[in-house]
Amino acid sequence: MIAFVIRRLCQSVVVLLTVALIAFALFNYVGDPINNMVGQDTTPAERVALRHELGLDQSFLVQFARFVGHAAEGNFGLSYQEARPVGQIILERMPATLELSFVAALLALILGVPMGIYTGLHRRSLLSQAMLTTSLVGISLPTFLIGILLILVFAVMLGWLPSYGRGTVVHIGWWTTGLLTISGWKAIILPAITLALFQMTLIMRLVRSEMIEVLRTDYIKFARARGLSNRAVNFGHALKNTLVPVITITGLQLGAIIAFAVITETVFQWPGMGLMFIQAVTFADIPVMAAYLVLVGFFFVVINLVVDLLYYVVDPRLRIEHEHAAGG
Amino acid sequence: MTPAQEPLLQVEHLRVELPTRRRTLVAIDDVSFSIMPGEVLGIVGESGAGKSVTGAAIIGLLEPPLRIAGGRVVLGGRRIDDLPYEQMRHIRGREIGAIFQDPLTSLNPLYTVGRQLVETIRTHLDLGPEAARERAIALLGEVGIAAAAQRIDHYPHQFSGGMRQRVVIALALAGNPRLIIADEPTTALDVSIQAQIIALLKRLGRDHGTAIMLVTHDMGVIAETAHRVAVMYAGRIVEIGPVRAIVDAPRHPYTVGLMDSIPRIGGVRGRLKQIDGAMPRLGEIPPGCAFNPRCPLVFERCRRERPELLPSASGAAACWRFAEEGARAADG
Ligand SMILES: Nc1ncnc2c1ncn2[C@@H]1O[C@H](COP(=O)(O)OP(=O)(O)OP(=O)(O)O)[C@@H](O)[C@H]1O
Ligand SMILES: [Mg+2]
Repeated sequence: MIAFVIRRLCQSVVVLLTVALIAFALFNYVGDPINNMVGQDTTPAERVALRHELGLDQSFLVQFARFVGHAAEGNFGLSYQEARPVGQIILERMPATLELSFVAALLALILGVPMGIYTGLHRRSLLSQAMLTTSLVGISLPTFLIGILLILVFAVMLGWLPSYGRGTVVHIGWWTTGLLTISGWKAIILPAITLALFQMTLIMRLVRSEMIEVLRTDYIKFARARGLSNRAVNFGHALKNTLVPVITITGLQLGAIIAFAVITETVFQWPGMGLMFIQAVTFADIPVMAAYLVLVGFFFVVINLVVDLLYYVVDPRLRIEHEHAAGG
Repeated sequence: MTPAQEPLLQVEHLRVELPTRRRTLVAIDDVSFSIMPGEVLGIVGESGAGKSVTGAAIIGLLEPPLRIAGGRVVLGGRRIDDLPYEQMRHIRGREIGAIFQDPLTSLNPLYTVGRQLVETIRTHLDLGPEAARERAIALLGEVGIAAAAQRIDHYPHQFSGGMRQRVVIALALAGNPRLIIADEPTTALDVSIQAQIIALLKRLGRDHGTAIMLVTHDMGVIAETAHRVAVMYAGRIVEIGPVRAIVDAPRHPYTVGLMDSIPRIGGVRGRLKQIDGAMPRLGEIPPGCAFNPRCPLVFERCRRERPELLPSASGAAACWRFAEEGARAADG
């Protein structure tokens, strides 16, 4: 078990380094940040001085090594745009994105799993057909369009919910939360639905097909032949066997949700990291962009690790073979 | 004279249909038999003869679109083929246990065998968790699993195939049923283990007074284990009777073919492959006797009329040759 975790940690470090390299290399050749930072009347000498001050005149490798070293300490340098530490900016923006992502993920799970179970168990029912048809919309419409439609209906036409922003937030240490105020809750509903819709559809379809697959297995037939109740068979035996793939996909989707938040945050002007990233792109703010990419990579890696560990909890075949290997 | 015992299970004129888009096929056609308490009834026949479908129809677990279209199933005097799902559930496991072919896939891989046993026991018997666990350990011991008190907390993948089939048998016995339907319980196992599992079933049936409906391809197993045997062909019973009588003097030409496929003393048991031709598929059953295209003794009437199961001193066979002999004997 410990050996497994260490192995996975090493792999994670390699993945993160690769992400950092790509992020750094890509953005190091996009535009010239000095042009964005200084006015028209800056002299070439001043430009060179600024270039030197920011370390942009050193070799690529040195810059990258310094970047990784600092990143490991949570120091991503100064934002070109705001001339203050990137770490600080990200820390301010992170709570908004994480809250939105978790609310969206929770929504996707809470609705997607039961819908998947229902459509898997009652394949021919009218309600199942209706859910499956509607879910096609969730898969095929682009996120920004769904967001704009929701704004149109619920903010513009009905006026029930705000169309942008996070509402009133409460500070808890460095964390800010909108989940403690009514305006915060109102503000998160539309973006969370927008972000959740695609994932919910995916989870529902996944749970449904897994459920149908598992219900065909011999151990489910044998469970029925032993006279177990429908509930015990469907939820005790079948559902648990669908969990392994569902955990994998849901875990990966959580990473995707955080990444996809870019679009949703832009549509709803949600003051999170995604919006920060878009603003950084228009300004060629390399440190901010690089830090964002590394951070998203970091979330993916951590989520993957947690997913792998969950396998061990769910599936005794992995757990016990490992104990055997460790014991013998 | 003592009054004849009541049969435990009576299957009467059972008909199972398979509706398809174009027409309705008949998977089981007019099948009747009974099983006495404690009796072992063997069911043999080639692949696709309808053995498994018959078993599934009895426990009410036909896979749609298969459905019972006629006849009755009576258990201990009570009709069970028309019971609603919830009532039938209390018969499955409690009155009729079932064992399937593949022990490797019959157990839920995510739960310990103990959990699966305790769950089944508590579904049917009014026992607390501890008492149910004790019964589970006792059952595992009874089916020949050593150190049952430790093994009970193991997962299915920690058992070998033969051991898993023993666990499956323990699960089928958990509710103390009066009848066990064992559908090819040894086909997936090593030859060396097959005999042990059959011997175990036989012993348990005797000890508990449990009747067994033993479905198999293996006429040799039937000869050693069953009291009576029913031979199925293309969804019908073509011959039924006491094992000794049928092994010694099979009437139906198909049964004769099956018997010839068991090698005599010293040989290895064979599979049922030595009758020329193949059993017709569901949609292609010929008129008259379904066996007529493969029958060495076929005559004109066999191609026109379907023979009924005609009783004789030692059982019954559905064959015109047999019927005409009977008629001649009656005339003379
Ligand atoms: N779920 C099903 N759907 C459609 N047809 C089926 C189904 N199960 C069985 N059949 C058909 O019913 C007929 C009888 O099948 P059954 O499984 O009872 O044969 P069997 O005698 O048990 O054969 P085997 O020795 O191979 O197990 C076959 O023609 C088969 O194709
Ligand atoms: Mg079968």
